[in-house]
Amino acid sequence: MSTTAIDVHAGHHPKGVLPWIMRWITTTNHKDIGTLYLTFALLMFFIGGAMAMVIRLELFQPGLQFVEPHFFNQMTTVHALIMIFGGIMPAFAGFANWLIPMMIGAPDMALPRLNNWSFWLLPFATTLLLMTFFLEGGASASGWTMYPPLSLQTGAALPFSIFAIHLLGLSSIMASINIIVTVLNMRAPGMALMKMPMFCWTWLITAYLMLLAMPVLAGAVTMLLTDQFFGTSFFTASGGGDPVMYQHIFWFFGHPEVYIIILPAFGIISQVIPTFSRKPLFGYASMVYATAAIAFLSLIVWAHHMFTVGMPLGGQLFFMLTTMIIAIPTGVKVFNWTATMWRGSLTFETPMLFAIAFLFLFTIGGFSGLMVAIVPADFQYHDSYFVVAHSHYVLVPGAVFGAFAGAYYWLPKWTGHMYDERLGKWHFWLSVIFVNLTFFPQHFLGLAGMPRRIPDYAVQFTNFNMMSSIGAIGFGLAQLIFVWVVIKAVRGGPKATDQVWEGAEGLEWTVPSPAPHHTFETPPVIK
Amino acid sequence: MQMNRKVGACAAALSVLTAFFSSPAWSDWQMNMPRGVTTISREVYGLHMMVLWVCVVIGIGVFLAMIVAIVRFRKDAGAQAAKFSHNTMAEVVWTSIPAIILIAMAVPAAETLVKMEDTTESELTIKVTGYQWLWHYDYIDDNVSFFSVLDRKSNEARRLRSGIDPATVENYLLEVDNPLVVPVDTKVRLLITSGDVLHAWWMPEFAVKKDAVPGYINEAWFHATEEGTFRGQCAELCGRDHAYMPIVVNVVSREAFDEWVAENARPTMTQAD
Repeated sequence: MSTTAIDVHAGHHPKGVLPWIMRWITTTNHKDIGTLYLTFALLMFFIGGAMAMVIRLELFQPGLQFVEPHFFNQMTTVHALIMIFGGIMPAFAGFANWLIPMMIGAPDMALPRLNNWSFWLLPFATTLLLMTFFLEGGASASGWTMYPPLSLQTGAALPFSIFAIHLLGLSSIMASINIIVTVLNMRAPGMALMKMPMFCWTWLITAYLMLLAMPVLAGAVTMLLTDQFFGTSFFTASGGGDPVMYQHIFWFFGHPEVYIIILPAFGIISQVIPTFSRKPLFGYASMVYATAAIAFLSLIVWAHHMFTVGMPLGGQLFFMLTTMIIAIPTGVKVFNWTATMWRGSLTFETPMLFAIAFLFLFTIGGFSGLMVAIVPADFQYHDSYFVVAHSHYVLVPGAVFGAFAGAYYWLPKWTGHMYDERLGKWHFWLSVIFVNLTFFPQHFLGLAGMPRRIPDYAVQFTNFNMMSSIGAIGFGLAQLIFVWVVIKAVRGGPKATDQVWEGAEGLEWTVPSPAPHHTFETPPVIK
Repeated sequence: MQMNRKVGACAAALSVLTAFFSSPAWSDWQMNMPRGVTTISREVYGLHMMVLWVCVVIGIGVFLAMIVAIVRFRKDAGAQAAKFSHNTMAEVVWTSIPAIILIAMAVPAAETLVKMEDTTESELTIKVTGYQWLWHYDYIDDNVSFFSVLDRKSNEARRLRSGIDPATVENYLLEVDNPLVVPVDTKVRLLITSGDVLHAWWMPEFAVKKDAVPGYINEAWFHATEEGTFRGQCAELCGRDHAYMPIVVNVVSREAFDEWVAENARPTMTQAD
């Protein structure tokens, strides 16, 4: 009961359009910046989602009905770039901004102006990326992985795409620095690291991974830039270079990147499940160590994305083994979440529904991940729809459902209103049904021999492609319900209490809902 | 009441979908990896099934625990929350058992991988070059070389809004003008490279997939034990027509192969030519 939350909101912000715009442009408040990140991410999900719709529409039937192959390749490329760098990463950054200071009893992030810039880089970067569609030759079309030599055949879009990636990476790096400094320096007295909410732990570890990985991506794409414009031949054999070296550098970033994407989701699940089980998180210390183990291992598995490049046997064995080992700490986390529910007292509000769906479906994604780790079998899975199925299971019912669980969980804290539970449940059930309809058949397509990144396919792949496309359309439309839920909750609804949820524990649930503009200006004392 | 309406809607949707999918033109429902026709492909299939079964069994166990928890420990069924948050023994068990299972899977996987990397004692070597967007095959010891391009009928039908139904094209997108011909029961080694960007040579029935890297040569091998025609595709995004450079391999008897070589061999060029 040590909240000294003074709501200066009303006096703080003058009325009028221009002041309103200036407030959002110049804010250094972690809650405002969190809102900016989340709103931006939601918009980007629809833009990336629209590209996915184009992809699935073309793949509905064999034959080419809607788009030229080159445009299709632009769609697959920019779909992934937007979803990853414009969608899921900013979404979790939004959660970090809103929640980390409150969870540790700090008044704001350590570096509030840096925080503002971290966000505002994003709209500029994504605009730069999206405008490349209007350049000659169109947007980048070599896949989000941008392997050379193909990526060096990109036209005018190449330098703009690379610059956009630099800006996006810079945003992430600055946000990571902010998070690390905040968590390490601004915890309230008594909030030992091993007493911190799991969400803070997963973000702390994620932030370190980002610092290690993002500069490597910057290096890789800069080498593409210099190969194209400044006469280097990093990736051209005739100049003494090697296209495969790009893949090593890219995936040294790329693999930690996927853990950067999922660890914050893990953190959210670790907050949601205990609340709705009315039981503490099982094995807190193991969860911390498992997360750290996953992060460390993620740095030594990168070449499992490259098993077919012509790697020496020793390399293949090493990366197969390290990749398989990651299953152990990941399994520990799944078991611990299940053990949290075991002999709890469960209710199934929308956040819990998404968390449980995450548990089931991320586990399926983890299983297909184990399968692709087995190198001889991976020779059949690699670059087929089996990999598309695996990656989308961990990304969509994995990371994105984690984000939805968090959004529903904290919406009452952010807006002060309970969201519409009936609409939330509709959003959940339609999402879970259609996400499975979209991606489960893709396992079969891959096993049956369908490669990825193709706009057209042999007729025997028709049935599962049709299913997948129908699922995609349903899933996309279902997300409109979420937008409506958010708008409705912002505008009104039953007033939310401080604690909101019966089993909720943590400092953010000790302040009023909506959380006042400034919280914990005096640090609370943690026993 | 709500539930019944939802079930009804699902049933209606399912029956529509089923009716749609029963249409004769598109009746292939292959869900699993092929066993293939080589010694290695069968081992690979075995590894795939092994890891799949391990995942299924573990999955059933884990999902069962989740479902039981969801059903039995519902607050509105009167469940009272326990307070425990540790059980070191359980954690030790569910950390070490998966570790043992992983080691058990890694051993046969490593064995197969070692065999796959052993290209020694091949009886036939073929140089495979990927280009945008076709393959070139060169039987370096037999003076046979040719390009292998997407078949003309597929090429016409695949055009944007061509108006040609792909179902009317035999082996749509999986037919070429000049297939690769190899003898059965022969260890065939492929030397794979590229003339421009990355490609990959993938033949599912042989469990062979290897990247074609410009400026570098990759090796792969297979030993087909059955005759027949087998189809694959390029498996590395290589630009606009990545989907349109298939691979067709005819595995024929030794005699038929020798005849084919004799028919197709080009005379060697000399200085005077």
